[in-house]
Amino acid sequence: MELDADLEAQIDRWRGYVQRRQAIATADVEELEDHLREQIEDLLATGLDHDEAFLVAIKRLGNLDAVSREFAREHSDRLWKQLVLLPDAADDSRAPAWRELAVVIGFALGAGLAVKAGLTWSDDGTGLARNLGLLVFPFLAAYFGWKRRLTVPVAATLVASFAALAVLLNVYPFAAGGSTELLAALHAPVLLWMLVGIAYVGGRWRSDARRMDFVRFTGELAIYYTLLALGGAVLIGLTVAVLSAVGVDPDPVLTGWILPLTVPGALVVAAWLVEAKQNVVENIAPVLTRVFTPLTIIMLLAVLAVLATAGGLGTVDRDLLILMNAILVLVLSLLLYSISARDSLARPGVFDVLQLVLVVVALAVDAVMLTAMLTRITEFGFSPNKIAALGLNLLLLVHLVRAAWLTIGFLRGRRPFTVLERWQTRYLPVYGVWALVVVAVFPLVFGFA
Amino acid sequence: MRIEKDLVAAAATPLVLGILTDGDLYGYAILKRVGELSGGSMQWTDGMLYPLLHRLERLGYVTSLWGTSDAGRRRKHYAITDLGREQLAERQEQWTVVSDALRQVWQDLPRPSVVTEGWA
Repeated sequence: MELDADLEAQIDRWRGYVQRRQAIATADVEELEDHLREQIEDLLATGLDHDEAFLVAIKRLGNLDAVSREFAREHSDRLWKQLVLLPDAADDSRAPAWRELAVVIGFALGAGLAVKAGLTWSDDGTGLARNLGLLVFPFLAAYFGWKRRLTVPVAATLVASFAALAVLLNVYPFAAGGSTELLAALHAPVLLWMLVGIAYVGGRWRSDARRMDFVRFTGELAIYYTLLALGGAVLIGLTVAVLSAVGVDPDPVLTGWILPLTVPGALVVAAWLVEAKQNVVENIAPVLTRVFTPLTIIMLLAVLAVLATAGGLGTVDRDLLILMNAILVLVLSLLLYSISARDSLARPGVFDVLQLVLVVVALAVDAVMLTAMLTRITEFGFSPNKIAALGLNLLLLVHLVRAAWLTIGFLRGRRPFTVLERWQTRYLPVYGVWALVVVAVFPLVFGFA
Repeated sequence: MRIEKDLVAAAATPLVLGILTDGDLYGYAILKRVGELSGGSMQWTDGMLYPLLHRLERLGYVTSLWGTSDAGRRRKHYAITDLGREQLAERQEQWTVVSDALRQVWQDLPRPSVVTEGWA
């Protein structure tokens, strides 16, 4: 039976909507569509009009989320296999998987070639260090831009931001080996990562939920990248061993081509893997945060004890302060990541108490750091490094104090968990703004020293 | 009368297998048959039938074959296998035990209305 054009359009829209569910394969969509059409025809025969028949048939098919979950439960292996195995040549329905693979490989190669070009053409080491992120992250953003079908204004804004950052980093007359250059090189990746985030969330950066998705993505990406790196290292190690055994020197090809191409390219591939596996393969994050939260508490307590017995804080070494900053950033990621992995409706539990302990201990470390830093500043005066470290520490302090306060509220049942979650996602852009200040304003203020 | 969701879910596998013993069918026709058999009181979410059919296929109780409908659309037909028939026989025994047990319970029980008064 021929259905009218309006109804066909509605079915088309429905099909597009269902096809986006990764757990429902194209053949399943076809099966469901056959069902839907049959149902509509029967309903039309009973005297319903087109719209009514469509609505009733859709309603009977059931909540798409629930149905898709049921499909995912039955075919939990499906996405993983689809992703790793080569698509079946006989089955034309898998064409998008091929296309995505081609796009991913294209962007991965692009990132690799950009880094290779950077390595070839950079005359000094620091110029490359400053621009390394700029050579890689735009390709990652481009992949998400393609995947999320960014609107033109969003894409244009991203391109303009990348370009502006590139100009800034290369036009500023940094003094050779100066600390403002080092700070800019260290903070530029944060800004670049924010831009990648905007591409990841498809331009909807105001949404707290999307921001949290990006946090989850970041953590999973780190894990997948590490796994790829480990696998790659094993492969390269074995190849090098074989080549050396037969007397061929693998070094020129290895350091000249393979590493520059694969190390950046793996980032894009890892991003693709994380994209493909989400919703279907369990996140590894909850497991890792549960293992590392208690361990980090022990580590922080040990650090605190050592700092307390090491004598005057003013004598604390500059390198140590930078290291401690790194530790605090790590604690923060741990906190952020365990929050992102937590079911926001679950009741307060032992792990939430543990998380509070982590935050409180981190606060104690931060307080020690701030004291030491202020001591150094009063003793030796200001320097770009000290201001950058102080600024980051103050940001972390605000973040952690508020997080601790909200966690206490949650543990006492005064606040829902979402408040704590929202605090994290709302605060994240502050780090981006700070990175922008360090990259763009610091060199001007400190005369590019 | 609407049958409770869990009960429908428990009956789904033997019901589908039983319907398929009469001959190969596609999804929509299976659901229609369920409706006829239960007088419309076994309400399914239609979409849920397909993951179930896929599970039965994975377990080897049914096989599927793509054919063409009268209207020329691709349509997936399901047929019961020997393993499916064995499974159905086993389920049938289980359900017979359950329904026998329930029947005895119903006999011992006072009428439902009396129970309601007793609780009030």
